[in-house]
Amino acid sequence: MNKLNSKIPDGPLAEKWSKHKASIKLVNPANKKRLEIIVVGTGLAGASAAASLGELGYNVKVFCYQDTPRRAHSVAAQGGINAAKNYKNDGDSVYRLFYDMIKGGDYRAREANVYRAAEVSNNIIDQYTAQGVPFAREYGGLLDNRSFGGVQVSRTFYAKGQTGQQCLLGSYSALSRQINKGTCTMYSRRDLLDIVVVDGKARGIIARNLITGEIERHGAHAVVLATGGYGTIYYMSTLAVNSNASAAWKAHKKGALFANPSFIQIHPTCIPVLNDYQSKLTLMSESLRNDGRIWVPKEKGDKRLPNDIPEEERDYYLERRYPAFGNLVPRDVASRAAKERCDAGYGVGDTGLSVYLDFKDAIKKQGKEAIEAKYGNLFEMYEKIAGTNPYERPMRIYPAGHYTMGGLWVDYNLMTTVPGLYAIGEANFSDHGANRLGASSLMQTAGDGYFVIPYTIGDYLADEIRTPKISTDLPEFEASEKEVLSQIDKLMAINGTQPAKSFHKRLGKIMWDHAGMARNEEGLKEGIKLINELEKEFWTDLKITGTKDELNQEIEKAGRVADFFGIAKLICQDALNRKESCGAHFREESQTEGGEAKRDDENYSYVAAWEYIDENTAQKLHKEELTFDFVEVKVRSYK
Amino acid sequence: MNITLKIWRQKNAKAKGQFVEYPLSDVSPEMSFLEMLDALNNKLVKEGTDPVAFDNDCREGICGMCSLYINGRAHGQETRTTTCELHMRVFKDGETISIEPWRSKAFPVVKDLIVDRNAFDKIIQAGGFISVNTGSASDSNSIPVSKAKADDAFDSASCIGCGACVATCKNSSAMLFVSAKVSQLANFPQGQVEAAKRAKNMVAKMDELGFGNCTNTGACEVECPKGISIKNIAKLNREYLSAKLSD
Ligand SMILES: Cc1cc2nc3c(=O)[nH]c(=O)nc-3n(C[C@H](O)[C@H](O)[C@H](O)COP(=O)(O)OP(=O)(O)OC[C@H]3O[C@@H](n4cnc5c(N)ncnc54)[C@H](O)[C@@H]3O)c2cc1C
Ligand code: SF4
Ligand code: FES
Repeated sequence: MNKLNSKIPDGPLAEKWSKHKASIKLVNPANKKRLEIIVVGTGLAGASAAASLGELGYNVKVFCYQDTPRRAHSVAAQGGINAAKNYKNDGDSVYRLFYDMIKGGDYRAREANVYRAAEVSNNIIDQYTAQGVPFAREYGGLLDNRSFGGVQVSRTFYAKGQTGQQCLLGSYSALSRQINKGTCTMYSRRDLLDIVVVDGKARGIIARNLITGEIERHGAHAVVLATGGYGTIYYMSTLAVNSNASAAWKAHKKGALFANPSFIQIHPTCIPVLNDYQSKLTLMSESLRNDGRIWVPKEKGDKRLPNDIPEEERDYYLERRYPAFGNLVPRDVASRAAKERCDAGYGVGDTGLSVYLDFKDAIKKQGKEAIEAKYGNLFEMYEKIAGTNPYERPMRIYPAGHYTMGGLWVDYNLMTTVPGLYAIGEANFSDHGANRLGASSLMQTAGDGYFVIPYTIGDYLADEIRTPKISTDLPEFEASEKEVLSQIDKLMAINGTQPAKSFHKRLGKIMWDHAGMARNEEGLKEGIKLINELEKEFWTDLKITGTKDELNQEIEKAGRVADFFGIAKLICQDALNRKESCGAHFREESQTEGGEAKRDDENYSYVAAWEYIDENTAQKLHKEELTFDFVEVKVRSYK
Repeated sequence: MNITLKIWRQKNAKAKGQFVEYPLSDVSPEMSFLEMLDALNNKLVKEGTDPVAFDNDCREGICGMCSLYINGRAHGQETRTTTCELHMRVFKDGETISIEPWRSKAFPVVKDLIVDRNAFDKIIQAGGFISVNTGSASDSNSIPVSKAKADDAFDSASCIGCGACVATCKNSSAMLFVSAKVSQLANFPQGQVEAAKRAKNMVAKMDELGFGNCTNTGACEVECPKGISIKNIAKLNREYLSAKLSD
C-alpha cells in the first residue's frame, strides 16, 4: 500500500491553489469556537499560524520552550525575505521565483507546493508591512530590495541585518493580539515530549512544564508542529543552542513519515571554529557575498597576513570556477568549493579551515560609509566574536550546519501521514528540495503559517465538528504520559559520569565528519557504527543531577540528545540510500570529472520518506516519485 | 586564566537565595561568557552538584533570552553587548566576577539566574500591535513612508525584550521597553490609528504589573544592549498625554 498520497490538485500550475481553496471544505464560524487546535512552536510559522487560526475563531493553544514566543529562532534570520513583487521591474514574477526555487533545490521538490509558496509570497510582505514591520525603504518612501545568493533579480525585502527578528515581532504582535482576545492561550517554557494519537488521529500532546517539571496532558482536535529544524545535530551550527529534533522525532515514532532527512544545508559564510569550548557558529549573512570577494592564497600553506598577499597571488576561486555567478553561487556550491580548497591545503588561519571574505575592493569603489550602511551591524558582530576589524582585514569564514530541507513528510495540505497532525515551516520537508535558496525560508515559514494552514486545516476539521472536546483522561493520554515519565526516570537512573552536553558535542563531531558536506558509503557506515557506540555509552554513563520535579536543564538536554541519536542514524541511512549527488547532498561517488555534483534523475527523482517500525528494525523506505510537468529538468549549472 | 565566580544560587521562587563562590581555572580568553559558564556547569555536573541555571538560546545577541547581572551591571561592562556576546578577553586573570539575576519585583526569580519576564508579554498583549487581520492588507507600496521615519521605526523596533533596562533602573521602570514599541508603531500611518489608545493601555498594564515610575535617570539607555534611545520615552509621553487629553 502506498502511504503517500500527496493530494496535489489537478489543473494548470498557476490555478491549482485557487481551485483547491475554492473546493476544500469549510468550517462555519459557530463550529470553529468548539474546535481546539494545538500549535507547537512560535517562529514565523507557528506564531503566524496561531494568530491566523485565532482570528478565524478557533480555540488555539500555543507552546514553545523559550520563556516567551518572541524568542523562537526565526528571530536570528538576518538577510531577508523573498517575494515576487517585481518592484524593481527587473523581470521577476511568481513563475520566476518558483523556477529559481525548483532549480535551486536541484529538482527534488514538489512543483505544486513550490509554486504555491511563490504565489503567496507577495501577501506576506503586505501583511508584515501592515503590521508595522520596518522593512528597509528607499528615499521615495517605497520598499527597497536587494539581491540574495543564487538568483539574478532583486526580490529580497529586508530590515537591515535583522529581518527575522522584525518579521517574528510582526507575527508575535498578531499572536499577542489574539492572546489578549482570548482566542489563543500561550504555554511558554514547555517541552513537547510526545504526540498523543487516538484511533489513528492526532488528539493532543504531552508536555513538560520546564519550571515545575510537571508532565501535562493537552488535548485538541488537531495538532500543528512548527518546531523548526534539526541543524543542531552537528552540535555546532548557526541555530540556537536549544533547537532540537525532539518534536519531529516523537511525531515520527508515532507514525509520521520523515522525508529526506539527509538534506541539510551547510551555510558557506559563518565565523569558523576559533576554540575548543565553542558552543555555536555565528552566521555572517550571505548578503555579504554581494560585495565581499572570497579568496585563498594561490600558494599552499601561505602563512602571510592577508593584506601582505599581493593581488596576483590570490585565488578568487568562485569567480574563477563560476564566472556567471561568481561569489553569488548558491550555498551548497559555495560551501563545497570552500571545503575543496581547504582540503587541498589552501585554507587559512591556524586550523587551515577557513577562507577570506574580503571587502577591500568594495570599500575602494563605494566608500567605507556605503559599506557601513549595508553591513555595519554584521561587521560589528564579527569583530566582537573574532576580535579583528573587517574594514581593515578580510573576514575569515567557513561553512557550518544551518538549515534542514528534510523534515516531516506532508501532503499538499501540510498534513503528515498521521491524520490531524500537521507540520509547517522548517519542520516539514516540502518546498526546498535538496537545497534552499537564501531568503526563501522566512517566506515559506510565514506563508505556511499565514496563508496555507488556515485554509487547509479546515478541510480536515470540517469532519470533526461533531467530535466533542478531547478528554485527556483517555487511555492513550495515560499511556503516553507513562512512557514519557519512564523515559525520564530511565535517564535519571543511569547515574554515570558525563553530562548530556558532552555527548551532544561528540555526536556533532561524528555527524560533521561522516555526514557533513561530503559523504561516501564507507564514511556513512562508519558514522552509524560510531553513533551506535556513543548511544550505548550515553545510556550507561550519562549523569543528570537534581530531581525531575523542578526546573532542571540537564533533563531537558538529556532528552534532546536521546532523540538526536535516532535522527542521526536516519540521516546516515537516507544519505546511504541516495547514491546520487543533489543539492546539499554530495556523494563523493557521484561527481563529474570537474568535481561538480552529479545527479541521477533516472534512479533518484523521488522523495525518500522513512517509516519508523521499532527500535530493532530498520526504517522502511517509501518513495514519492517526483514529476515535473511545468519545468524542464536540467543540469543545474552556475558556470 | 584563573577566576573566581560569585554566583547567586536560589533553588526556586520561594527559596531564600545566597551567593556561592566557585573557583574556575583554565579559562580561555577566547571563550564567550556563557561558554565559561558551560565549563563551570560541566565541572559541577561531573562532581554531582546542581549546575547553575541560566537562560540563553541564540547565543548571538538577538533573541534576548540571556540576562545576567555581571559585576553590578546588566549584561556586563561592555556597552551595546548582550551577555552571550561578552567574551572572557575583557576580564583579568585572578578576577572575582559576581553574577546575579535581574532584580525587579515584576521579574521574580525562578531559579538561580533565571527570572520570569512574562510581564513583558502581558504589556505587548495590552496593545503592542496594529490591529490587522491576516489577509486584509493592501499592497505595501500603497502607503509610502519616508525613509527617515522607517529608519526611526527600525531603531525602536530593534529592542530584544531582554529586560536589562528594568534591571538597571532604580525604580524598576519598563518605560524604555514600552516606549520603544509605542514609537515604532507610531512612525507608520497605519499605526497612528490606535496610537493614543495603545500608549494608554500599555502604560496602564505596566503600572498594574508592578513596574515603577520613570524619573528620567537615563540609566536604562546606558545599559540597553541594542542602544534604544530615551528619546522614545519623550515620544511615549506625547502619545500618552494626547490619550489622556482626549479622555
Ligand atoms: C542564523 C540564521 C539566519 C537565517 N537567515 C535567514 C534569512 O535571512 N532568510 C531566510 O529566509 N531564512 C533564514 N534562515 C532560516 C529561517 O530563519 C528558519 O528556517 C525559519 O525561521 C524557521 O522558522 P520556523 O517557524 O519553522 O521555526 P523556528 O523559528 O525555529 O521556531 C521553532 C519553534 O518551535 C519551538 N520548539 C522547538 N522544539 C520544541 C519542543 N520540543 N517543544 C516545544 N517547543 C519547541 C521553539 O520554542 C520555537 O518557538 C536563517 C536561519 C538561521 C539559523
Ligand atoms: S529597551 Fe533595551 S534593555 Fe530594554 S528590553 Fe529592549 S533591548 Fe533590552
Ligand atoms: S542568548 Fe540570545 S541574546 Fe543572548
